[in-house]
Amino acid sequence: MSKQIKAVSLISGGLDSMLATKAIMEQGVHVEGINFFTGFCVEGHTHAIRQKDKEKPKRNNSLWVAETLGIKLHIIDIIEEYKDVLINPKHGYGAHMNPCLDCKIFMVNKAKQWMEENDFDFIITGEVMGQRPMSQRKATMPIIAAQSGADDRLVRPLCAQSLPATLPEREGWIDRNKLFDFSGRSRKPQMALAEQYGLEDYSQPAGGCCFLTDESYSAKLVDLWKARGTKDYELDDVMLLKVGRHIRPSQNFKVIVAREDGEGRFLQGYKNNYINMNCASHRGPLALIDGDPSAEELHLAAQIVARYGQGRDAEQVDILVRDLAGNESTLQIKPLAKDELPQEWFV
Amino acid sequence: MSQYELDARRLLCPMPVIRTQDKVKQLQKDDVLSVICTDPGVLQDIPAWCRINGHKVLETQTNDYEYIITLEVGE
Repeated sequence: MSKQIKAVSLISGGLDSMLATKAIMEQGVHVEGINFFTGFCVEGHTHAIRQKDKEKPKRNNSLWVAETLGIKLHIIDIIEEYKDVLINPKHGYGAHMNPCLDCKIFMVNKAKQWMEENDFDFIITGEVMGQRPMSQRKATMPIIAAQSGADDRLVRPLCAQSLPATLPEREGWIDRNKLFDFSGRSRKPQMALAEQYGLEDYSQPAGGCCFLTDESYSAKLVDLWKARGTKDYELDDVMLLKVGRHIRPSQNFKVIVAREDGEGRFLQGYKNNYINMNCASHRGPLALIDGDPSAEELHLAAQIVARYGQGRDAEQVDILVRDLAGNESTLQIKPLAKDELPQEWFV
Repeated sequence: MSQYELDARRLLCPMPVIRTQDKVKQLQKDDVLSVICTDPGVLQDIPAWCRINGHKVLETQTNDYEYIITLEVGE
């Protein structure tokens, strides 16, 4: 009896990795999925913190893809290891803080380690030549294969026919003629293949799968590093960058104001880790204070928070402040007027 | 069969699933695990993860923005 060939597929939750996986499964290969969580992954859930997004489906697309294809999925936390990729990318950043090429090399390398530990034979990715300006170009395909260490055990089914034959093709584990030569940014070939496979429902993220490709998010991350004087972060930092209005009146501190009830509930979970405040005399949002504000700056923070409550036009409002020890005090302040809140404070 | 509890409050998807996955690796078949979460997305994701990996969801509870999913470990 011949050995069952096994492949591990990088599943992002998008259509390309789904099709690439399906193409290899169709050839009788046993495939299991792997999904890496960096902390910056775009998930419906993060958006679903906000009330306005409640109607959006809250599914995790990588799990959904795995279930649709009928394969196992291994979700791996790489938050700590990923810091070095983001902070010191050898190949630099893309348009924003996205280290796409280093990220891909890192993930393929992690998949290679998983492949070796679990006695699998090769790796699948959903890469398409020319689809992404940084990581999915003809010039970068061999770099990813070489620098990840995956070499010719890295198979890109959607554009394999435009690339040199890999080990699984040369060994006859898979038939190169049943792979594809997709290229460029058009999605039409993928959509046609999805139809051929009977896949009617699939995720079509408009802005990619990573917050680091987002201009606004990247600006908040750079601001955080500048304020702290070091390019470091914890998971809570990167989660909080996704939520609320971020207002920085000085390098010493930043005010994170919930924009609606859903965000307020999420920020409640951080009340023991940050100075926080909310309006006691009027309805208003919860806000976290990141940094080390002086008494004067705390007063200013309270005026900012009051600006977003129903007492914004009152002469005086009460702001309840809780310090890191949980001690409560009340500041009586006049809310900032709209024209007293400079646009440049908004991160 | 033993019963276990996992606190996954404040974690956003997919961290509750990852923590569940890591905890289940340490358990035996038929052990029961209750996962307490605050991200409503787990109502979809932990059951999906269970279906993919051969575990069984016994109960799902929602209490004041907390979600408790109780599962039985499979093979």
